[in-house]
Amino acid sequence: MLLNIKNLHVSIDGKEIIRGLNLGVNKGEVHAIMGPNGTGKSTLAAAITGRDGYDVTEGEIWFKGKNIIELSAEERANEGIFLSFQYPVEIPGVSMTNFLRTALNAQREYHGKPPVPAGEFLKMMEEKKNLVEIHSKLANRSVNEGFSGGEKKKNEIFQMAMLQPTLAILDETDSGLDIDALKVVAKGVNQLRSDENAFVIITHYQRLLDYIVPDFVHVLFDGKIVKTGGKNLALELEERGYEWIKEQHLA
Amino acid sequence: MSDHLTQQILDLDELLIHQFKENKELISAFDIPKVSALREKHIKDFVEKGFPDSSQENWRFTEVESILDQSFIHDLQPLLSNNNIEELFRCEVHNFDTEIISLLNGWYQGDDGSMHTSPEGVVYGSLRTAMKTYPELVDKYYGEIAHCMNNSFVSLNTAMVQDGVFIYVPDGVTFSKTLQIIKIIDRNENVFIQNRNLIILGRNSQLNLMHCDDSINHSTSLVNTVTEIFVGENAHFELYKLQNLNDMSGLINSTFIKQEANSTIKTNTLTFNCGMIRNNIEVALDGNGAHADVFGLYLMDKKQHVDNQIRILHNQPHCTSNELFKGILDDEASAVFNGYIYVARDAQKTNAYQNNNNIQLKPHATIHTMPFLEIYADDVKCSHGATIGQLDQEAMFYLRSRGISKANARLLLLYAFSADIIKHISIEALKTRIDDMVKKRLRGELSICEKCVLHCGSPEKEYHFEIDMSKI
Repeated sequence: MLLNIKNLHVSIDGKEIIRGLNLGVNKGEVHAIMGPNGTGKSTLAAAITGRDGYDVTEGEIWFKGKNIIELSAEERANEGIFLSFQYPVEIPGVSMTNFLRTALNAQREYHGKPPVPAGEFLKMMEEKKNLVEIHSKLANRSVNEGFSGGEKKKNEIFQMAMLQPTLAILDETDSGLDIDALKVVAKGVNQLRSDENAFVIITHYQRLLDYIVPDFVHVLFDGKIVKTGGKNLALELEERGYEWIKEQHLA
Repeated sequence: MSDHLTQQILDLDELLIHQFKENKELISAFDIPKVSALREKHIKDFVEKGFPDSSQENWRFTEVESILDQSFIHDLQPLLSNNNIEELFRCEVHNFDTEIISLLNGWYQGDDGSMHTSPEGVVYGSLRTAMKTYPELVDKYYGEIAHCMNNSFVSLNTAMVQDGVFIYVPDGVTFSKTLQIIKIIDRNENVFIQNRNLIILGRNSQLNLMHCDDSINHSTSLVNTVTEIFVGENAHFELYKLQNLNDMSGLINSTFIKQEANSTIKTNTLTFNCGMIRNNIEVALDGNGAHADVFGLYLMDKKQHVDNQIRILHNQPHCTSNELFKGILDDEASAVFNGYIYVARDAQKTNAYQNNNNIQLKPHATIHTMPFLEIYADDVKCSHGATIGQLDQEAMFYLRSRGISKANARLLLLYAFSADIIKHISIEALKTRIDDMVKKRLRGELSICEKCVLHCGSPEKEYHFEIDMSKI
């Protein structure tokens, strides 16, 4: 199993947000995690990617056969975990080129490989840009600075394409996207799907799942996965809302 | 003749006044009458005021007393150095075409009693020689814009200074190279130095000047420099100040710039290391349509202190000024920024922008930032901003989530913050060099005592940044 989360408990400032969550993801699978606001979806993403301040008080996160709880955010990234941010951060003064080259070389160094040659890197940038239909010259632009909402999300997928993670977590990638951008993003993700990687798609709405079809849909409520089903569960949630889940769970 | 002040009984100011009175003839040996007269006027002022102290509003956050509390030697004549002068001043900035003016322990090196004239016609040499060869220019400009308001260091300098640099760019002349003043302190005793520079740019002229303050040993030095710069109509002047002295040393730098109509200037004050630095920069926009860019970057750590006092005087209409100072404060370092903008009653259509941004890396680092705008015209655009922040944790996580180590993510962000100032350096080779220095400084690798700032490390050895910052 690629990712195996066992009885995970996560607190922020002493307040428990994730309360005993279990999730298993195999290579080649796409999992959607849905649920009402404030149930811990983004907290789960932060806990998997090792964000400071998200204290795992109990449980284990196994990735590629390794418990990664003690690993830093950068180590987890270099192990092959990628997070597409709900709100990508603007970093003035850091060019996309430097940023990606630094990231890529960090990953290569982690795996004992030499830095990527400049020519190869540039070629790769051009190639992957096309994947998400980014037409502008990225090289000299600062990371996300002045990017529109759609460009920022495309940029996340572009970075994912560059870093080629084994596990990609997409946190509300559909939020703030118009339908055209959504299609572009979904198309990019679908092209990156393979038998060797897996996706965890965190979303509030079913919309994105029309384009990225999940193998499993989980409903997160009250810090736990309370229901798991196939892709039809997303449609059902779209139709019926989350109230019935809450009622079932609280009953 | 006592040219050494080592007595402990008197305070430094009293000793200096005593030294002035005892050695007036020696001190004023090269003077034109105006300079001597100014000495008399200013010593009176200094006797009256003494050194500033932190009870004065303008010195409130800069505790200058502690450095003045030490004993200093104040030379009245240059000492012969045992070191190889050429070696000390060898400039190793590649592809950087400079003409070097060197001052050792405050004394102009290689002064043979004549001025240098570049092929374009730019004249430069020691101030004492200029008084002999260009007395009318010195008489016309010397002491005209330097004033001692809130700063009796200027009085002391005017009274006691004996050497410095004179530069004259005649009308219509463009200096194709960069003129570089390298000031090195190499003295095994505590030394107090006065320097005076007079720079005159004629109409339609152009000059790029680099002014490096360095120390090469670990003795305490206190340098008190006053620079007067006159920028003629439609002239363009750029000044890059590099400050890299040891942790014990103090630098009081007072720069006065007067701009005529349609002239443009750019100053960039880059402070990398020094125990205590006070930069007083005053720019008087005295002609219609003049423009001033006043930039600065300070990277301080340990217990270092930097104080930038910037005064922009919009005395005439249609002038613009753009002021940006950025600083990173680590450990227990402290910084002061005081940005004063004055807009005279008739200075309509003024556009003045001021910003000061700081990153405080440690809780014990302190920053005092004070914008102060005084506007008497009604048709003006003035904006100002000041920020003090920590490293952006969101950005840190974003970078780390892409596999970039915490240390490198921190460097990337600090470098990006500094790059805002570096990008304004218009001399490409210098920009590259400063860029390297900033990276080194941020990594804690910039040595302050390996000769001049431009010799830092071994320039022959290609510098490898942990993160590959090189442009591709």
